[in-house]
Amino acid sequence: MTEVTPSLGSRKTGIRPARLQRNRLADLAIHPLTLRLATALILFSAWEYAGRLPVSPAFPGFVETMIAFADMAKDGSLLSALLITLQPLVAGLAISAVVGIGLGVAMGISRFTEWLIAPPFIVMQAAPMAALIPLLVFAYGIGLASKILTVCIMAMPVIVLNSYLAIRQTPASLIEMGRSFLGSRAQIILKIMLPSASPVIFAGLRLGAAAGFIGAILAELLITPTGIGDLITYNQSIAEYPKMYAAIFSVIALSVLFIEGLGKIEAAIFRREGRKA
Amino acid sequence: MTTARRERPAETGTPIIEVRAISKIYAGGVEALNDISLEVPRGKLTTLLGPSGCGKTTLLKIIAGLIPATSGEVLVSGRPVTGPGPDRAFVFQDFALMPWASVLRNVAFGLELRGVSRSERDEVARRHIAEVGLAGFEDRHPHELSGGMRQRVGLARALAVDADVLLMDEPFSSVDEQTRRKFQEDMLGLLSAHGKTVLFVTHSIEEAVYLSDRIVLLSRRPSRVAQVIEPEIRRGDDPEAIRRHPAYLDTVETIWQGLKRYLD
Repeated sequence: MTEVTPSLGSRKTGIRPARLQRNRLADLAIHPLTLRLATALILFSAWEYAGRLPVSPAFPGFVETMIAFADMAKDGSLLSALLITLQPLVAGLAISAVVGIGLGVAMGISRFTEWLIAPPFIVMQAAPMAALIPLLVFAYGIGLASKILTVCIMAMPVIVLNSYLAIRQTPASLIEMGRSFLGSRAQIILKIMLPSASPVIFAGLRLGAAAGFIGAILAELLITPTGIGDLITYNQSIAEYPKMYAAIFSVIALSVLFIEGLGKIEAAIFRREGRKA
Repeated sequence: MTTARRERPAETGTPIIEVRAISKIYAGGVEALNDISLEVPRGKLTTLLGPSGCGKTTLLKIIAGLIPATSGEVLVSGRPVTGPGPDRAFVFQDFALMPWASVLRNVAFGLELRGVSRSERDEVARRHIAEVGLAGFEDRHPHELSGGMRQRVGLARALAVDADVLLMDEPFSSVDEQTRRKFQEDMLGLLSAHGKTVLFVTHSIEEAVYLSDRIVLLSRRPSRVAQVIEPEIRRGDDPEAIRRHPAYLDTVETIWQGLKRYLD
């Protein structure tokens, strides 16, 4: 719908501005933000409708939940709960990112390390790791350590495996190029393999962060109720369902924002270098 | 880096690469090369030509020091090859450009790996980018360039490290026909200006005859040297005249007759 050569006639009759405006409206209609808002609107309307039916007395509508959300945000209980939940989450994700990328890269560049480390992580990715939480509690107690480890076992496998596959998929001709131009092994890893692998490593980080959020909430629901997990279980036990759903909503919103933020950081680092998306 | 060359002034025609009884058997028992011996004269363009899958690229990579031979040895300027060296630069069939790096950084990459300072390597790279006709594209990225332009970047990168020998692995096979002819002419001019020795792998008979001072015909796998041909073509003539010259057409025909028996 692009106008290449506006004719004289259209300029006189003033068709062109009108068409331009229509194009602008069309552009706005397919703008990603518009689409996202539309999706959110449909989803929240359906939620409100289901709440009003009602599906269950324990299922509040969207508006009711948002009012509870605003109340909890105002009295500070939501923020303090989120800060508590963020502790094992941030610590666990930081450990998973550093150790996970390190292990993945090590596996990618050495057949021996791959043979040694790959099998447990492949098993970990396939297995329902949440089933191991009681085992973690048995070994590390009910404190922060168990919760951090829960985040790690959820987040690390996908970070490790993505990093490893990304390094392995460095085009062979680029490695050959590095060798033929006398690059040392360290130079080939740092200047060729890592930049080549970074988009897939970042994708692994995003997936790992999402899994880490699941881990943090699981830990709070299954080990000891703290933070958002506490808000969910407490409000459920006293039948304050709008507050319970507001707590769930807050952690989903945080997770989405966090992962979007990671995407923005990635874009800032790599798109600037002109790499194709 | 260039001491060997200084000691012994470049005598055009004396062998700079000597391949002695090279055989290559891949793991799994595939015999790619069988007792290959050949010489590449200094300052000339030599082509390895043969049916596809005959091991031309394998031989080139053995000379580059990228893969080891099963037996035999390669000498470059009299010294045995044990790995990649500063006397040889490689031009890749698929360009092997880093998609995340600008044209400038790609061309300067060989120097970057050698620890040359940023300002110095950028200056050398800019000179070679201009030489291959890409001035103004320094800050572009490979995905913004056409196939022919990408290979010009690959050529500039190989020229920037100032090696005596350029090893080119089917550099034009991913470049379209029209671009290829112009590129071939530009390359011939550039290489003779620099006095480089070139070993060039191709499966195109016309390309080999048009470009080469010496053509080494390889047989089908396991590859042996079938024939060595030196086309009697005067360089420097009008390129179109060369392609119509009887000597050119005769040589193409001779090679075709020689290669035909390897086809099924």
